[in-house]
Amino acid sequence: MAAMGTPGALRVASWHLTAFRRFWRLNLLSSLVQPLLYLLGLGVGVGSLVDRNTGSGQLLGSASYVAFVAPGLLVTTAMALTAGESMWPVMGSLTWQRGYHGIAATSLEARDIVFGHGTWMMVRSGIAATAVAIVLACFRETRSWGLLPGILAAIAVGVSFAMPIMAFSINVKLDGAFAGLQRFLIIPLFLFGGAFYPISQLPTVVQWVARLFPLWHGVVMARDFSVGDVDWAGVVGHTAYIAAWVVAGTWIAIIRLRKRLYP
Amino acid sequence: MSEPLIVAEQLIKRFGEFTAVDGIDVQVEKGEAFGFLGPNGAGKSSTMRMIACVSPITAGRLRVFGLDPATQGADIRRRIGVVPQLDTLDVELSVQENLWLYGRFFDLPRPEAKRRSAELLEFAQLTDRATSVVESLSGGMKRRLSIARSLINEPELLLLDEPTTGLDPQARHVLWDRLYRLKQQGVTLVLTTHYMDEAEQLCDRLVVMDQGKIVAEGSPRSLIGQYATREVLELRFAADGNAAAAPQLEGIGERQELLPDRVLIYADDGEHALTETHHRGLQPESALVRRASLEDVFLLLTGRTLVD
Repeated sequence: MAAMGTPGALRVASWHLTAFRRFWRLNLLSSLVQPLLYLLGLGVGVGSLVDRNTGSGQLLGSASYVAFVAPGLLVTTAMALTAGESMWPVMGSLTWQRGYHGIAATSLEARDIVFGHGTWMMVRSGIAATAVAIVLACFRETRSWGLLPGILAAIAVGVSFAMPIMAFSINVKLDGAFAGLQRFLIIPLFLFGGAFYPISQLPTVVQWVARLFPLWHGVVMARDFSVGDVDWAGVVGHTAYIAAWVVAGTWIAIIRLRKRLYP
Repeated sequence: MSEPLIVAEQLIKRFGEFTAVDGIDVQVEKGEAFGFLGPNGAGKSSTMRMIACVSPITAGRLRVFGLDPATQGADIRRRIGVVPQLDTLDVELSVQENLWLYGRFFDLPRPEAKRRSAELLEFAQLTDRATSVVESLSGGMKRRLSIARSLINEPELLLLDEPTTGLDPQARHVLWDRLYRLKQQGVTLVLTTHYMDEAEQLCDRLVVMDQGKIVAEGSPRSLIGQYATREVLELRFAADGNAAAAPQLEGIGERQELLPDRVLIYADDGEHALTETHHRGLQPESALVRRASLEDVFLLLTGRTLVD
């Protein structure tokens, strides 16, 4: 019966969209300003040091440090955004504003809420990554057609963080847990996930931790696209690995949300 | 002969070791206003949540519209409206956006959702607040919006969990009036409350619940007739005087009840009981004769007052 008319996930996503429309300007601004600051601070500042170092170009595999960092920014922006959007808003919809409970009383179900969140996170990652891509396209050194598939990689990474974090947030009792998650997962991944230097520079153990999470896989893909040196077998492997995170996160989120909404 | 809208047989809900609902039998007919009355923790809300198909039953049998909530939950929910104990409104959105979106959850086409929203705003007396953000509304307005929102799918059955708790008297009366109109339109109402006056105002029939069980069932009038006298005399004596006065009141009216702050005398003629009290030389600080209420029924059945 549920398949009649508009799919449940889209009905839930349109709820997110309505709420988003009130704040979209501020939202868009912050997803533009932050990467621009990193681009200027790291790309120009650190980049001038790196580019002077002989051999670094070979290691980075790109013309300049700015060009190396740019796709990393595209993907980390999506990760940071969807991670945050899958913490407090999810908990709030269950405990403070209780929006999920309102939806659960209609003909929609836990599954629709989870798919709706995923759909909405794809949209949000897409908007944020496109904004970053527009900024990057303004500079000669970071301009490339590879930014377009890079946006797709960013969306994939965005959803691959959104779903497992949603699954985690469903049973969070105190929002202090989110500060921990930010500090001990998202920020370390941002710094050590391959966005700012190749992870080959890291100790082996840390390299494997970086490979464990979907961020690095997305960054590598986005970078290959922007440099124009695409290893298609790699793309398939990375995409499959990211997809596995999405599927696992979605599955656990549905089970946990069902238990939470229909006790 | 139509089948009852709700049928519960030996319905049980357990949370781990705790039994919230302990084998209740309930039938609600189409068009009825039915109440679950009881103190906090009596199992009213758990029962409501099972009927609303947002809480699986532990044991027993439950049918809503003749359907099984365990397998046809979404189909049942499509046909009911729920006003939960805690509002689940989107406080950052406007009044009308809340209605539109809820209509979208039920997959109403956009124009239809807007048409019904306009009608419901009128019904809930919120038309002039249509574009206000929900956060800015008073408690009574939010409650009315919750009710309006629960009607967006034109439900055959409306479930209200403590609809007027926390509202001021005026707001409660406005709400009762709206609910009465719905009943006139043929919507079946099922509500929980711990307010006696609310149950007497709204319910054709009700059950009194205590500790997960049903302790009495009937119309408000019949319950009062069955379990209480026509009138009640409330006497208050000076500090600690209530317990001292109680033995001297022996034999007045049909029965006495000693409460911490007053003595209740159940009698068909309250004035007569009061005259008798004065004859015995007792001087209460205050005396009040009132009609017996459901509160008295509850007190008799459980030995406790309803609130707390």
